[in-house]
Amino acid sequence: MLTFAVRRLVLAVPTLLFISFVIFMLLQLAPGDPMAQVPLTVPPEVKEKMRQALGVGEPPLVQYWKWLVQVFWIEPKVFIDYLTNSSTLLGWLPDTQLYQGELRVISWQTRSPVMDIVIQRIPQTLWVVGMAYIVGILIALPIGIYSAYRQYSVFDQSGTFITMIGFSIPPFFTGPLLIVIFSVQLGWFPSIYDTTLVVDSWAAFKLQLQQMILPVMVLALQTTAQISRYMRASMLDNLNQDYVRTARAKGLSEAVVVTVHVLRNSMIPVITVIALNVPSIFGGAIITENVFKVNGIGQLLITALFANDLPMVMTLTFIFAVLIVLFNLIADILYGLLDPRIRYD
Amino acid sequence: MKLKSVLLGAAAAVALAPAAFAERGSDGEVKIIYWQAPSILTPFLSGGTKDVEAASMILEPLARYNEQGELVPWLAAEIPTVANGGVSEDLTSITWKITPGLLWSDGTPFTSADVAFTHEYCTHPEGGCAQLTKFNGVTSVETPDDLTVVVTFDGPTPNPYGPFVGGESPILQAAQFANCLGAAASTCTEQNFNPIGTGPFVVDEFKPNDVITMSANPNYRDPAKPAFASVTFKGGGDARAAGQAVMETGEFDYAWNLQLAPDVIAQMEAGGKGVPVAGFGPLLERIMINQTWADPSLPEGERSTAMHPHPFLQEPAVYKAMSMAIDRPLLVEIGYGQAGKIGCSWVPAPEAFASTFEGCDVQDIDGAKAMLDEAGIVDSDGDGVREHNGVPLSILYQTSTNAVRQDFQALIKEWWEQIGFEVELRNVDSSVFFGGDAGSPDTFQKFYADVQMYANTFNGTDPQSYLGNGLCANAPRPETQWQGENISRFCMEEFDALHAELSATADMAERQRIGRELSAMMTDNGGMIPLVHRGRLSAHANTLGGVVLNVWDSELWNVADWYRIESN
Repeated sequence: MLTFAVRRLVLAVPTLLFISFVIFMLLQLAPGDPMAQVPLTVPPEVKEKMRQALGVGEPPLVQYWKWLVQVFWIEPKVFIDYLTNSSTLLGWLPDTQLYQGELRVISWQTRSPVMDIVIQRIPQTLWVVGMAYIVGILIALPIGIYSAYRQYSVFDQSGTFITMIGFSIPPFFTGPLLIVIFSVQLGWFPSIYDTTLVVDSWAAFKLQLQQMILPVMVLALQTTAQISRYMRASMLDNLNQDYVRTARAKGLSEAVVVTVHVLRNSMIPVITVIALNVPSIFGGAIITENVFKVNGIGQLLITALFANDLPMVMTLTFIFAVLIVLFNLIADILYGLLDPRIRYD
Repeated sequence: MKLKSVLLGAAAAVALAPAAFAERGSDGEVKIIYWQAPSILTPFLSGGTKDVEAASMILEPLARYNEQGELVPWLAAEIPTVANGGVSEDLTSITWKITPGLLWSDGTPFTSADVAFTHEYCTHPEGGCAQLTKFNGVTSVETPDDLTVVVTFDGPTPNPYGPFVGGESPILQAAQFANCLGAAASTCTEQNFNPIGTGPFVVDEFKPNDVITMSANPNYRDPAKPAFASVTFKGGGDARAAGQAVMETGEFDYAWNLQLAPDVIAQMEAGGKGVPVAGFGPLLERIMINQTWADPSLPEGERSTAMHPHPFLQEPAVYKAMSMAIDRPLLVEIGYGQAGKIGCSWVPAPEAFASTFEGCDVQDIDGAKAMLDEAGIVDSDGDGVREHNGVPLSILYQTSTNAVRQDFQALIKEWWEQIGFEVELRNVDSSVFFGGDAGSPDTFQKFYADVQMYANTFNGTDPQSYLGNGLCANAPRPETQWQGENISRFCMEEFDALHAELSATADMAERQRIGRELSAMMTDNGGMIPLVHRGRLSAHANTLGGVVLNVWDSELWNVADWYRIESN
């Protein structure tokens, strides 16, 4: 198992390099101009100077090399400095001071380091999207189990109907719909996420819950739809197996048969699916975050795309690529751990 | 003596009545939403309206324009003019006197050195300053003493109010930005996110592309202002959600630039929590007529250049008929509602510069047909499309992707087809269309189409450089890497000569007459068809007082005067 994991990790390096190169070249080929949002009253020669100040004019390979150096050499130095300097975890170590003011990955929109903004955005995304994922899973698993156990019952049919709705209706529809119902008509929840809220009291915690409910509902609908279908299918595969009949013949109660014997075996593929979808939590929910104005990673990506902020887009998509490769590996390892029949060596 | 002081006291009480209730920070929090989120608070590095306006609450210029487009002194004690000796007789220098006793928000004195530094910052060759044109022609900025700034120009400058005037050219603190000149500008994240200013508010926290929290500036020059103790400036989302948050749910107090269909605005207004306000600057939605031929069969580098004049669009009967066929009042009603007026002039505002032409406000399809018939431009082969010298009147009509523009395209295509044109429509994503990438065939500068629609405007109240967009030399062409502002490739010797006359004229009435003539010359000779004079529509909550929508400067120009109207 260990050699397998190490081999996969080593293989991931050229894969990620290749991915980063492809992303970079695709972005180079894409049309667009970081100065497109600057008003027409700013003359072209001034825009050209602004582009030069951003380093747009350099040959693509030079730009790519600079980006590689910044991401793999300078940013880690900044991170290690942060660890030894201000973090509580390793703050007892002497300050390393590796970073000597070299140019970091700078966003074209804000002229500030991309990584600082990403770190600022991650908590909101993890809270909202992560919460939605957990809520979605918690709802999906019981639905999936019971639907399979009572296949073709009214519960199963209506469950199928609701999950189909969840699959088919996009968040750019459900989001505004929920806003119209719960914010405009009923006035229960805010339509705009207050990103400055500091949770330091019960009142603030209640506000935080209120503003999280709508985006979490929208996102959880999607997750629920997906996971509950997997759960149901996997349960159905197992319910007709011989070992289930044996368990019942032994005189075990239905509850034990379903939750202990069938469920444990059915969870194996479902856990893989859950693990494979984790990167999407970090990737944020581009549409939902935008609808509710949650200042997460997804919203950051879309504003960067609109502004043609290539360093930001490049770095974000690369982070997503790293997470996807990583969680693919984790899913594979989990599969091996959960199912003793599978061995990679 | 006694009577006099009583009277004076009474007068002062009346003058100060609105302010008498207010003291600094007494009205709590004001929440502003801009659907484009500010990325940076140094307007010199961005140029985007969202960034300039957000920064205008913190950084201030020496003078700015009020809602009427008149200059008002801001950090300066008065507006320098030739009459008061502030502008030299030969129009080559302007002397600003700074109001004594001004402090930066950190408590240090505001001096002329800061003003001179701002000039140095923006004109640094490696800085990529977005407001460089504000400093065009400036040869030196001198500071004889702490409160005097002398700006010298390289020649007579009839409008010397470029540098340090308006929201786009505010003053930076020299002490804070001293190490941020040129290429170092990008390393100054702390400065760019938390500029020290003289304005009513100071930044507490800046989250790029998301939210800015600000609090009242303790060193603001008027001790009674601002009425609000803090500001939450939220950015992002879309115009509809921003309007909704102010007028329907009441979560925010002010929403900027709601470019929405009139019926959507009306529906939001019915929410009853806020009202839209409109203001009109010189923004004009227009159709530019290509004077040159963009035929795809021409070799690359010759398309849309003066080498190939357009086969029929320079014909007066053709462009006049195209203009006559358009129903401008209907376009206004459908596209902009209260945020639009019919557009008849290239320079629709200030009023004194606006020209007009006959029949601008009525549609005349029959007249247009008759005019084409009379000019001998008829449908000779029976396919429903007229021909001019054997070339069918078949045109490609392009614009940027935007719901209102696509509605306009459909309507205008319909009208033009009624008078015997064949019209093909095309829309290009705005980041490409306005992107200026010389390698792309889809930019508005390349103009690989016969007509195209977009809006343009100018800053301040003087249209001289904007009218310069009609000069022959400003046409985009391969030699200029397709850069240039003369999009329709309009070229007339008389126009160039008259514009040169404008540049040398200082008398205001005379400038206005020449301005009107230049504007009329462009529309009468088929350089463009004006469509809609577009306004700015913003919305504020019913409980927010003191809002004066200003289209000549930052919308937040008078945020220091905003206050909360107590509801009963």
